[in-house]
Amino acid sequence: MRRIADGGRDGRIDMLVEILFYAFATVLVASALGVIVARNPVHSALGLVVCFITSAAIWLLIGAEFLAIVLVLVYVGAVMVLFLFVVMMLDINLEELRRGFTRFAWLGWLTAGVIVLEIVGVVISHAFGVDVGRGPLPEPPGYSNTTELGRVLYTQFAYPFELAAVLLLVAIVAAIALTMRRRPGYKAQDVSRQVAVRARDRVRLVQVEPEKRA
Amino acid sequence: MLEPTSWAGLAPAVAEIYLAIAACVILMVDVFAGRRWPRLTPSLTLLALALGVALLVLFGQVSGRVVLFDGLYVEDPLGYVLKLAGFLFLAFALLYSRAYMQLRSIQRGEYDVLALTALLGIFVLVSANSLLTVYIGVELLALSVYAIIAFDRDNAVAAEAAMKYFVLSAIASGALLYGMSLIYGLTGTLRLDELVARLSDPLTPGVILGLAFVVVAVCFKFGAVPFHMWLPDVYQGAPTSMTLFLSSVPQIAYFSLALRLLTYGLDGAVREWTVMLTPIAVLTLIVGNVVAIVQSNLKRMLAYSTIGNVGFILLGFVTGTRAGYSAALYYTLVYVVMVLGSFGVILLASRKGFEAEELDDYRGLYARDPLLALAMMALMFSTAGVPPFVGFWAKLRIIQELWATSHLALVIIAASVSVIGAFYYLRVVKLLYFDAPPAELPTAAQPSAVRLALAVNALAVIVLGVLPGPLLDLCARLLR
Repeated sequence: MRRIADGGRDGRIDMLVEILFYAFATVLVASALGVIVARNPVHSALGLVVCFITSAAIWLLIGAEFLAIVLVLVYVGAVMVLFLFVVMMLDINLEELRRGFTRFAWLGWLTAGVIVLEIVGVVISHAFGVDVGRGPLPEPPGYSNTTELGRVLYTQFAYPFELAAVLLLVAIVAAIALTMRRRPGYKAQDVSRQVAVRARDRVRLVQVEPEKRA
Repeated sequence: MLEPTSWAGLAPAVAEIYLAIAACVILMVDVFAGRRWPRLTPSLTLLALALGVALLVLFGQVSGRVVLFDGLYVEDPLGYVLKLAGFLFLAFALLYSRAYMQLRSIQRGEYDVLALTALLGIFVLVSANSLLTVYIGVELLALSVYAIIAFDRDNAVAAEAAMKYFVLSAIASGALLYGMSLIYGLTGTLRLDELVARLSDPLTPGVILGLAFVVVAVCFKFGAVPFHMWLPDVYQGAPTSMTLFLSSVPQIAYFSLALRLLTYGLDGAVREWTVMLTPIAVLTLIVGNVVAIVQSNLKRMLAYSTIGNVGFILLGFVTGTRAGYSAALYYTLVYVVMVLGSFGVILLASRKGFEAEELDDYRGLYARDPLLALAMMALMFSTAGVPPFVGFWAKLRIIQELWATSHLALVIIAASVSVIGAFYYLRVVKLLYFDAPPAELPTAAQPSAVRLALAVNALAVIVLGVLPGPLLDLCARLLR
């Protein structure tokens, strides 16, 4: 986290950023642990929400404010709510889920080991004089991440941006085509038909001959 | 930064722009008028395809390479021809499947919209000049195809096929992205035309690893062995009209994917990827043609036949020469014409409540429906590679190019699997003409326009076979 280390800023801000980073990182790691050890799936999901918010804060620290906002809006606002919704709607049998856990534990340990090795590799590569990225350079004052993203999205990447929009449209059309159906006995009210109805559609006047008593 | 563009400057991209607008308009028309006039949307879609051809011919012609959208898009005569072919093939596919879908009441307007967006994905791939556009094209096509396979939502087998394709295709997309990110990370460019210059000889192991992932993804999309597992299940499980679609038009996209990625972008690694493709192509040829023999279901047999034919297309790439790629292009175009016709026959032989899927359903078709039997005979002879039908020239061109690049072993393998393949194609012809028809099978009453289209399709197989010159010349010119 030695990013903001030049012109105009003194060491105290630098230190503040560092303190903030470690504070958020601690919360992040703790809540990530909570996600995997919590017995209740709702607690896991809530832990993941905390994870997302703290990582958004860390992104803010390195000046990626747009990504931070999007992370909160999309992942916390939409994806996690959906997740919680599904967890609450479906009756998930936890015993069923836990059954295979120990059988595949070695795979988890193996993955974790590889990741730890990779992180150690990156950290110690400094010692061998390998130039690993030092993070982004500080931006000039008044620089807006969001504006810059917008600028390239609507100029340089206009074509794939439009195509991505078509991709989303296809997803919507596909979802509707595959799930929405009109069953014959469907009892929903059709408001436009209710409004358009006339008296003569509903009431029919019939001439009834008076019945004679025999 | 972006070069300033006028509307006229965007003319080479007219097909994509038009298609995106057309899909939206047809979607809106279908939402508001689809229920009242269910026949409106399919007709409008065919009209839209015709209009697309007209616009492309009027505005979209280019003489050389035109790069647009800040280097993300390229249009050249090859792209122009492939897009024309895309419009034409999709029109035939929609025409064949219309009556079939109406009878099974799965004709809903969304199908036409999804077919158009799939075509848009194909066009994006045809004109891709950047790894980014390639990926978006692949996803646009794949997403539309998943929905098309599962379109008959009460059909559990189709849903299973769609799920299988979805999961496996997602893995292939992951492989493609992983390979692309390695190549991008090591060369520093997404543009395919810049990539050529940046691939220095000898290649670093990282680039070769990335290349391997890209080759895996391309082979998965083609359905090459050992990435072919999804193909027979999807072809058999999907409703026949959907199988017709996904076996025909997307072949153009898969060919373009291989062409743009491997021969344009990664041309510097041509030695490496031909080495990777050679065993895949050989396995594909053998598995496709041998396993097809034991199939009793015609759709499944045609699925394995597709795998066998993909082997030939890959052999065109294995040559590593422009002439070889042009042979593969010729093969792809010809194959799509043949597969359109073959599935068209299945569609026309089926009727309400009866799917003519099993080989036994075709016994003595000649007695019941001579035109259908005649068309099927021409198509089967052609796919088997019997002269004078067009399939013969397609196989011959590939073998010629293999010979020219002195791949003697591959020539022998290609020739011998063609002989094996001829067995199961000719078995269909035997069933059509020499077997007694089963007792109770009513003839199908199909609209005459569709029968006419099928007749044109079968005639094309013969005419292109008797006069192969123009199309062969065109393919050679496009890839000079």
